[in-house]
Amino acid sequence: MITVDDDLLREMYRRMSRIRKFEDTTKELLLAGELYGAFHTSTGQESSILKTRNALRIHDSMVGTHRSHGHPIGKGAQLDRLLAELMGKETGVNQGKGGSMHLSDFSIGSLGETSIVGSGLPVATGAALAYKMRGDDNVSLCFFGDGASNQGTFHESLNLAAIWKLPVVYVCENNGYGELTSAKDAISVEDISIRAVGYDMPGVTVDGQDVLAVFEAVSEAVDRARRGDGPSLVETKTYRFENHAVGRLPEHYRSSEEVEYWRTERDPLALFHQVLIERGFDEQQIDDLDAAVSEEIVAAIEFARQSPAPPPEAAFTHLFSPSAG
Amino acid sequence: MRTVSYIQAVTEAMTEEMERDESVFIMGEDVAWNMMGDCTGLVEKFGTERVRNTPISEAGFVGAGAGAAMVGMRPIVHMLIAPFMYVAFDQIVSIIAKSTYTYGGQARLPITLRAPMMYGVSNAAQHSDRPYATLMTIPGLKLIAPATPHDAKGMLKAAIRDDNPVITFEDRSLWGQSSEVPDGELIVPLGQAAVRREGTDVTVVTVAGAITLGLAAAEQLASEGVSAEVIDLRSIVPMDTDTILESVAKTGRLLIADPAHEMGSVASEISAVVAQHGFWSLQAPIARVTTPHTHMPFNADLEKVLLPNTDKIVAEARALME
Repeated sequence: MITVDDDLLREMYRRMSRIRKFEDTTKELLLAGELYGAFHTSTGQESSILKTRNALRIHDSMVGTHRSHGHPIGKGAQLDRLLAELMGKETGVNQGKGGSMHLSDFSIGSLGETSIVGSGLPVATGAALAYKMRGDDNVSLCFFGDGASNQGTFHESLNLAAIWKLPVVYVCENNGYGELTSAKDAISVEDISIRAVGYDMPGVTVDGQDVLAVFEAVSEAVDRARRGDGPSLVETKTYRFENHAVGRLPEHYRSSEEVEYWRTERDPLALFHQVLIERGFDEQQIDDLDAAVSEEIVAAIEFARQSPAPPPEAAFTHLFSPSAG
Repeated sequence: MRTVSYIQAVTEAMTEEMERDESVFIMGEDVAWNMMGDCTGLVEKFGTERVRNTPISEAGFVGAGAGAAMVGMRPIVHMLIAPFMYVAFDQIVSIIAKSTYTYGGQARLPITLRAPMMYGVSNAAQHSDRPYATLMTIPGLKLIAPATPHDAKGMLKAAIRDDNPVITFEDRSLWGQSSEVPDGELIVPLGQAAVRREGTDVTVVTVAGAITLGLAAAEQLASEGVSAEVIDLRSIVPMDTDTILESVAKTGRLLIADPAHEMGSVASEISAVVAQHGFWSLQAPIARVTTPHTHMPFNADLEKVLLPNTDKIVAEARALME
């Protein structure tokens, strides 16, 4: 059992709250017409996102997905530059070139997010290969969803990582649906973690709404990778509260009762709130954490609104890296 | 100066760059076994970590090359043959070509994909493609097709040192050809065409292995009193259209010899550029000697009929002179 002291609990809650408020804000701004584009929020999945990040160091890297607003936040990215990116501003993390599905922040080890399902798996595997070849003790963390576990890249990546014993942790956030189709109708197994057996690596399924359970499983996998013992697969069973993409699609593929159940009974933030109370925090302390995050969000919105749009010539920059070897 | 074969030049380029820079490594199917004969001595010198056999798993190892490049390595990914890139197409297009741009310049991708092309040797449709035009439509990739041992070495070394993705299309009809390559350091900058033979009547631009045909055709045309200028394109993206336009301004006639399929080809792109920017220099329509829009058949005679050859180039050039 990994010990989690009060400071860590507080920091976990703070990051989780940042993700929740960030996602709530982006949804509001989108529906108000201030943001545009395909929008895939991770509300409801915070605990999977969040806790994994805390297990990592700054030099460790991560690769995310189209539903990854939360991942760089979990790793410590600045909210203002993330929000500016969602508005397509020059001050955004990608200078307005990536938007919602491709947030990246190399300064905190986020090697970007990819919007073709499963395409990030080989990339994270390659980063791990580099760490191993160089003898760094960095770890590569790879987020992907249940849908990606059906792509060929999942098989190819896990096989490469296993034969080369790479320091990579594959975190499958199983939110139960690939776009609109239930995992029950699309995936051959109940627990995706069982697929790890095919690659002779440890595979574990945890309650994705339980922050501490995710933290423990991922920490163990990260430690294993850092020790040089190779890759692992961690599946977090979670749920997205919002539709596949905000405001765009029918939601007849799942019942409102189901959504309501997860929102009221299985909200990771509410569940973690309860844990904090049990661990001796009082409501005021938690309110203070939330209030600080709200202030940060207000400042981020202001920053993003005031930031300039990229000039027209920016459409032509960054096609190539400037230096030639 | 010494004489070196194309394939030896490729091996020298990789060896020298791996000696020079520890972040350079090669991976691909059977590279440590030197299956194609182009990795001679590499595994003995650098070991199996840096001369890394991969499973037959193109999407996996091409994407892994991208990830390794993003965190500072300089992988050379051996595709064995060019059409195997199709298996890894999403990694090449969505990740390798687009990451630098999409992430606002944060990602550097110093990765080289070596894509040898085998055609005209009865390997049938799936093994015989020359897919540079397919990749030319995707911004963010540098594409080269060195056509001499000198360029095979100098351009591959430049590609490995480039901070961007470069795909090098090596025409295997050239692998066995030998010519002079200087001793010591040799870097040939990407993006420059080379005038291989000067002439005044017709410009013949050749792509990849078509250089052999273009030079032979020029020789024959000279005996008939037609002076052909032969330009070896060498670099497909970026394309040195200035050199082509200057030549057409002088000759007034253009023929492009390209072993790839005609539709949407490099030959088509050059034709469009010259029609748009060199129109008033032209004294005749532009001619393309390419492969028709059908697949490569197994039957050797059928295949031969489809591919460009010296006679076809000579005949088209004659027609331009009428």
